[in-house]
Amino acid sequence: MLSDVPYNLYFALSGILFTIGAIGAITRRNAIIVFMCIELMLNAVNLAFIAGGNMLSSMDGTIFVFFIMTVAAVEAAVGLAIFVMIFRLKQTINLDEINLLKG
Amino acid sequence: MADYIWLIPVFPAVGFIINGLLGKKTSRTFVAWVACLSIFLSFLVSAAIFYEFLHLPPASRIFEKDIFDWITSGEFSVPIGFRIDALSVIMCLVVTGVGFLIHVYSAGYMHDDAGFARYFTYLNLFVFMMLLLVTGNNLLLMFVGWEGVGLCSYLLIGFWYEKDSASNAGKKAFIVNRIGDFGFLLGIFLLFVSLGSHGVWTLKFSEIQPHAHLLSASVVTLITLLFFVGATGKSAQIPLYVWLPDAMEGPTPVSSLIHAATMVTAGVYMIARLNFLYSMAPDTMFVVALIGALTAMFAASIGFAQYDIKRVLAYSTISQLGFMFVAVGVGAYAAGIFHLMTHAFFKGLLFLGAGSVMHAMSGELDMRNMGGLRKKIPITYVTFFIACLAIAGIPGFSGFFSKDEILWKAFSSGNMVVWLIAAITAGMTAFYMFRLLLSTFHGQCRASEEVKHHIHESPKIMTVPLMILAFLSLVGGYVGVPHILGGENRFEKFLEPVFGPAGHTASASAWNLDFISKAWAGEGAAHNASSELNLMILSVVIAFIGIYIAYLFYIKKPDLPKQFVEKFSGFYHTVHHKYFVDEIYFTLFVRSLLGIGRFLLRVVDERIIDGMVNGTGHLMRGIGSIIRRIETGYVQGYAFGMILGAIIVVGYLIWIG
Repeated sequence: MLSDVPYNLYFALSGILFTIGAIGAITRRNAIIVFMCIELMLNAVNLAFIAGGNMLSSMDGTIFVFFIMTVAAVEAAVGLAIFVMIFRLKQTINLDEINLLKG
Repeated sequence: MADYIWLIPVFPAVGFIINGLLGKKTSRTFVAWVACLSIFLSFLVSAAIFYEFLHLPPASRIFEKDIFDWITSGEFSVPIGFRIDALSVIMCLVVTGVGFLIHVYSAGYMHDDAGFARYFTYLNLFVFMMLLLVTGNNLLLMFVGWEGVGLCSYLLIGFWYEKDSASNAGKKAFIVNRIGDFGFLLGIFLLFVSLGSHGVWTLKFSEIQPHAHLLSASVVTLITLLFFVGATGKSAQIPLYVWLPDAMEGPTPVSSLIHAATMVTAGVYMIARLNFLYSMAPDTMFVVALIGALTAMFAASIGFAQYDIKRVLAYSTISQLGFMFVAVGVGAYAAGIFHLMTHAFFKGLLFLGAGSVMHAMSGELDMRNMGGLRKKIPITYVTFFIACLAIAGIPGFSGFFSKDEILWKAFSSGNMVVWLIAAITAGMTAFYMFRLLLSTFHGQCRASEEVKHHIHESPKIMTVPLMILAFLSLVGGYVGVPHILGGENRFEKFLEPVFGPAGHTASASAWNLDFISKAWAGEGAAHNASSELNLMILSVVIAFIGIYIAYLFYIKKPDLPKQFVEKFSGFYHTVHHKYFVDEIYFTLFVRSLLGIGRFLLRVVDERIIDGMVNGTGHLMRGIGSIIRRIETGYVQGYAFGMILGAIIVVGYLIWIG
């Protein structure tokens, strides 16, 4: 079933999803949404890996995806915890107001 | 015995370590015992070696032992090694003997001082360094001792460091000595290099001596002059004598031991030790003798107008050191060392006596506030009187023999100018010493009632060393009774293995007024004998004239000095202020050096060096203040940067295909 669709479309979809995620991550101000955009980027990459792996008849792509999903889960846990702490501290998770690293 | 010579310096070193480490925790009695005992043991070893020497033929009266190699470099090596010969054994006996007496005296004198342990630690260190100086068998080890005694001198002058004047005097002594030491060090370098260019890489006396003939006359002259610069610093001669009068800020026994009896004679010892070099350089010899004579007279004249008894004694020391340099300058090394020894006795005694007077007078130093102490402190008075007779050169006392020996040797060597100055100075010596004696011990007591009430003789621990030194001042001269008075001059004979046969004095140099001496002294031996006797009588007459004038001025007509001062007030003023030498030095050297120092501080240090360091900092700060604008703190900005970077990299990779 997978082979019915040309691989180029998979990569194109992956690229579109990644670009949407990247633009969202840069432009949105709400940390949660930025976070979701990052997840979107990761999943775009996952799609590209799976398609690539299938195309080359290799399991490497699938293995990468497992790792990425694990990392994404961990990141979600840690990231949300950080946001909770930041919210407690500043009563906001608007990224424009979180600029403590300013030089 | 030869294997044990290293014990001589080691005992005081052990005393120094014990007192230095434990002194604060133990009792004063313990400290005093350790200090005195360590010196006494050294004295015993020295005495044993001396005794053994007497039973050895003169040629084999030399013990030398290298303990270990200190510095080795190719063919050149410097050992830690000791050499005891006739000269160094006498020095050891003087240093440890007089040193021991002064240690004992100090135990009484310093008894109530808070720094008791510190004092004896320094004093033991001093004796150790001094013994290193006189027993070292090479120039480098001698230099270690030379610097070491300078350090101890600094520490002890500034012993009461909470007093500004004392710590300044210490610094002055140290810096002035450093100038001389620089010359000494250059001399060592030059000697080392010039011998080395002949393939002889050594600094050991026993190896320098047989190879000294390799050096050219001009090089030897330069080397010996550089060494003499060192001697003028350490032994307080013109032009570097200025530190010694100020050194009187230290405790009086220190003045006695270091600034009268031992350390200041190091220069004389050094020239005597290197006599084989000096004998090769008649020009240097003349300079030494002339500087010695001029210093003797100059310092004696300043002594006329001082009222502080320790200062009078300090100038007297400078003057007597001048005499010693006259002796070694005319080639009479034995006479110089002889005077060194007798001087150690009577000058050590005079200082200790002065300390005893201070003790009695509640610390008073100005002799205008003294007088009439004769009855109240009889032991001090008698011993002081003996020392005065000895230094004035009254026949029968030790100073007479040694001083006359020097005058005669100066005369017979043909240095008439030097002799004349020295002879006049002998009379001046008698005058200022008796001025001191008479105004301190005779006449009316001018002290305040309160001080007068407290006047008391010092305890036994102080008076016994005085008596022993007085005894030595009385009989110390009899080891060197000249032939003319029926003696054998055993002292000179004992030193013959070091200095060569007696009577072989340096040839007169071109500047000397040779013809006068020939006209006066004649050339025949018989003539010489009678002129020696004549000179002796002459110098005794000069001494008595000096004493009589002092008697006239200070006992018979006490108004005379005042009239004298009024008549020659300008001159008196100049002398009283030590010819303004300190002020001249201050303007010429100190101020210009301070100017250079200020320049280095303000311009080189604060502007250039600090400027470079601070400039680097400012530069970095400037760059940072621009670059930090990139760091906005907005996470999305950073993310944008990353993506932009990724796009550029990927784009580039695609573009290059």
